[in-house]
Amino acid sequence: MAFAIILVAIVVASVLFHFLSPWQATPLASNWGSIDTTITITFVITAIFFVLIVLFVAYCVYKFRARPGGRSKYEPENKKLEWWLIGITTVGICGLLAPGLVVYNDFVNVPAEADEFEAVGEQWRWSYRLPGADKQFGKSSVANMNVDNPLGLDPRDPAGQDDVMVSGHQLHLLLDQPVKALLRSKDVLHDFYVPEFRAKMDLIPSQITYFWFTPTVLGTFDILCAEYCGIGHYNMRGQVVVEDRESYQQWLSEQPTFAQTLTGGTVGGLIAQGEKLAASRGCLACHSIDGSSSLGPGWLDLFGREESLHDGTQAIADADYLKESITDPAAKIVAGYPAVMAAYPFSPEQLDSLVAYIQSLSSGDAPTVKE
Amino acid sequence: MAYAEDAEHDDLHQPRSFYAKYIWSQDHKVIAIQYSLTAIAMGLVALVLSAMMRMQIGFPGSIDMDSTAYYQAMTMHGMIMVIYLLTALFLGGFGNYLIPLMVGARDMVFPFVNMLSYWFYLLSVIVLLCSFFVPGGPTGAGWTLYPPQAITSGTPGTEWGIILMLVSLIIFIIAATMGGLNYVTTVLQARTHGMTLFRMPLTVWGIFVATILALLAFPALFVSGIMMLLDKTIGTSFFMPDMFSFGSQLEYQGGSPILFQHLFWFFGHPEVYIVALPAFGLVSDLISVHARKCIFGYRMMVWAIVAIGVLSFVVWAHHMYVSGMNPYFGFFFAVTTLVIAVPTALKVYNWTLTLWHGNIHLSVPMLFALAFIVTFLVGGLTGLFLGNVVVDIPLSDTYFVVAHFHMVMGVAPILVVFGAIYHWYPKITGRMLNDSIGKLHFWITFLGTYLIYFPMHYIGLQGMPRRYYLFEDYQFIPDSAHSLNAFITVVAILVGIAQLLFLFNLFYSAFRGKPSGGNPWRAASLEWLTPDTPPKHGNWGPSLPVVHRWAYDYGVPGQAEDFVPQTASAELAPVHEGDKNQ
Amino acid sequence: MYTNSNTLYLSRDKDFLRRIKTAKTGLHFLMAAISSMFLLFLIAYILRSQVSDWEALSQPWQPLSDTGQLWFNSALLAVASIALEYARRSIKDLDNSKLTRDCMLLACAATVAFLIGQLLVWKKLAAMGFMASSNAANAFFYLLTGLHGLHLMGGLVVLTVATYRCKRLAFELQEPLRLRTKSSIELCATYWHFLLLLWLGLFALLTGSPESYAAIAKLCGF
Repeated sequence: MAFAIILVAIVVASVLFHFLSPWQATPLASNWGSIDTTITITFVITAIFFVLIVLFVAYCVYKFRARPGGRSKYEPENKKLEWWLIGITTVGICGLLAPGLVVYNDFVNVPAEADEFEAVGEQWRWSYRLPGADKQFGKSSVANMNVDNPLGLDPRDPAGQDDVMVSGHQLHLLLDQPVKALLRSKDVLHDFYVPEFRAKMDLIPSQITYFWFTPTVLGTFDILCAEYCGIGHYNMRGQVVVEDRESYQQWLSEQPTFAQTLTGGTVGGLIAQGEKLAASRGCLACHSIDGSSSLGPGWLDLFGREESLHDGTQAIADADYLKESITDPAAKIVAGYPAVMAAYPFSPEQLDSLVAYIQSLSSGDAPTVKE
Repeated sequence: MAYAEDAEHDDLHQPRSFYAKYIWSQDHKVIAIQYSLTAIAMGLVALVLSAMMRMQIGFPGSIDMDSTAYYQAMTMHGMIMVIYLLTALFLGGFGNYLIPLMVGARDMVFPFVNMLSYWFYLLSVIVLLCSFFVPGGPTGAGWTLYPPQAITSGTPGTEWGIILMLVSLIIFIIAATMGGLNYVTTVLQARTHGMTLFRMPLTVWGIFVATILALLAFPALFVSGIMMLLDKTIGTSFFMPDMFSFGSQLEYQGGSPILFQHLFWFFGHPEVYIVALPAFGLVSDLISVHARKCIFGYRMMVWAIVAIGVLSFVVWAHHMYVSGMNPYFGFFFAVTTLVIAVPTALKVYNWTLTLWHGNIHLSVPMLFALAFIVTFLVGGLTGLFLGNVVVDIPLSDTYFVVAHFHMVMGVAPILVVFGAIYHWYPKITGRMLNDSIGKLHFWITFLGTYLIYFPMHYIGLQGMPRRYYLFEDYQFIPDSAHSLNAFITVVAILVGIAQLLFLFNLFYSAFRGKPSGGNPWRAASLEWLTPDTPPKHGNWGPSLPVVHRWAYDYGVPGQAEDFVPQTASAELAPVHEGDKNQ
Repeated sequence: MYTNSNTLYLSRDKDFLRRIKTAKTGLHFLMAAISSMFLLFLIAYILRSQVSDWEALSQPWQPLSDTGQLWFNSALLAVASIALEYARRSIKDLDNSKLTRDCMLLACAATVAFLIGQLLVWKKLAAMGFMASSNAANAFFYLLTGLHGLHLMGGLVVLTVATYRCKRLAFELQEPLRLRTKSSIELCATYWHFLLLLWLGLFALLTGSPESYAAIAKLCGF
């Protein structure tokens, strides 16, 4: 009896939970309302089966509970009933599958008028590229990747010269314009995922994958990595800003082309170079510059600070210490952080610029250490 | 049809020394217990790891756990639960114990190989545990071990952990193959007189088909494991493409990460059924015995098991809908995946129809069996979301997936394991498990796991990605989701602690339990009809039993008892129609 | 237990026949598992061969364009297989135990020669600078021939024991030993035929032309 009541309670509670819980899908911000519809259809059909079967079990447990001297009825099978049940199930399955496949057909067929953008993943940050005025992406390869050319574009490919290299972690998209995302990874698997857009796709090194959507709501949305990519996976953030044509053009005009990034590479002082290096080599994926917690020690006010090391000793974060920690990270690990950073073989000039940048993030109050 | 002949058993006298009897034993029952205890011990390790993870998710920063340790715990929890607990327990534990007893054999057909199987399994476990103590710790690559990240820096445990993991898996596969050859050959060649294939209990059918799946699917893991091991140790490029990792180009070139995923899931999906089919079989028997009613639609149940087994080899890429494989594969795999729901649904219907007009005893094994139906139903139905390619796209890699597979192949099979242990424990030890502790254990486990995983689907629906160490500052995640995670953690810890009740019961009842007699559940199947309880080495005394009917004659009209043992001849009680025309 | 030695033999005979059948069933499943493994390697090989960095070893300027040594090795394995088949047939006739024994020894020798021949191919490739890490095609060659060799070595253990039994059979001709030996030889013969076929399949795969892989890959939709 108690068991039957609890089964009924489970059914009632589950259905109520579905309708009343505050945990529902995030508000849709793309054209994929049809995906939400297929989810709703699936909820309805599966809920019918769930409710009927569990209630049936509850009824049986109550009605046919053991009685002294009771006997079960001897009925080894009922072919007709079984075939009926198979038939009904098949109908239910078709009800799920048919709309699903129709919508999936839309998902794999990119509309001809879709604009393209490229998202490149690496441990643990996002970069973006737009095809520029000629609407064509230049070729890229791992062999071309270096500090000045983080996305590995082929410098000799004319199609690549006007490609727009988006600076920073924000991608801007035009409202109501279908876009095809071309995805590629520099190192391991990642997954481009914006919960509000519903669609997502893995990034694979050595391969270009794609999917498409149309942003339909103005605003800023988080980009997450949805395919496990190592210790910084949870912190691989980006943002997509959906805006109207005017602000989009404004933003676009501020972005450098590939040709500009190649020639403009050395302008600016040591600090600016260091800042660029830090952004392009992924340092900021693990080292915050605003004092927030991160995978590695944050750089805000780091310079000149005394740090407790893993082995119990102390160290001052001066230029030599910082350089050593970049070229041989395992040598001195700050207590409380995992020993996971890879060694970065930077040139002495690059090291100087990085140290200058880190120093610039320290306020004057911190004790400065003379070299 | 070959029948086991009752000849030449001079070698089956009780072994003398303790070592020969309990350590270097070739008796399938001792090997089964060795397998089970080792698997349960591994399960406890994985349980502790999951508690640590839950603390981090529910109450970030409450325990001293960095993201490295989190991902290591996550990986080891998954791998141990799937391979070293569930696979080992169902095939090595229940398969070993029940197959010879249920088909009327004296032992497995290759007892020495069977013993080797356990020792290889133990070796694989030891190698795996070693990885906790090597520099860099165990691998944190996720239980799917996807390259390239599984072997590149940026993932924990790439020094030694991943190597030990792969070596351990390879040893495990050898162990599983040796065991598996025994189980299938015993079923095919060592059945006693009258035990036709269609008189075997569904437990044997489930384990038999699962073992065939294991024999054919584990090679895929073996193949991918060996190739990844070579990529890691000698620098081949099977799976490793051109990469630019942490500021420098790596030596690898041309490999295909997606090839690994195909191989892995060609193993991985049948693996789900390697765990599920034995559970289906065991639960069918539990329901039939405790509802005192013959299993409904036995033949359909058998064919459903076979159909699920065959179909499980053509659905693997439903794990890869957003992996970047050829998107047109999605159409094919969505169809095959949803087709597999039909035989699976039929099994659920037939379990419930077995209850109809039954005489239901809510004993502890029956409670677990009924809880399995509910849990498996939820897990199976949410599988329809994830199998239908376009519905999977928003849900994949979120907590919806985590909730789904924990329901369907974590909690559901574990409930069956508990039910089956409560059911067969009297045969193994000659004593009953304590009923009150059992009921307490049942209610906490059943309701607790439902409270953990049902709401978890909705966090996933909201978009919360899985395998996140922290969810800081994501604007789409409301505070209420963090509260729900804290709630789930509290329940999970309680459920985890409740398992101590079960362990206590297991050991306490072995010494203090109520003596059970040979057939406490008044069951009809062969394993309850041994001359001794627990059965001695050789199982059947001087002569093998002769079988006259199927294992499900409960409530046969016109009989004094409400069950007819399999050994009762056709003159004593009529054989039912379906069974006659064998 | 048994009073009459005839009954003893009859009963044992029946028991042994069942054991042979059981062992054969086990062997069939083992061969199915091994086939599954090599089939998956085959698929992996074909998929991997479609990446542009693949340097098929069979192209005219590559070492495996000369298949002489491999053909010779294949012949050795074929000799072993045929010898075992002869042994299997001759053991039915008790008078032929010497023939059986000779066949077994020949099979052992041919198998060892095959393994040495394969090692020589390895050495040749390595000496020419075709290391496993330099191209996936090379890696597959070492891996597949190596695994095939390992399976053969496993069989060789059983074969050696069976050969030893054969030798004993010459001195103490008795029924149980004959049956036991017969059972081992039957299993070995089946296993060797299987490994010969497997090797011929691998041979075709490893020396096949890149065009044929491309055609197969296209057929599979990759």
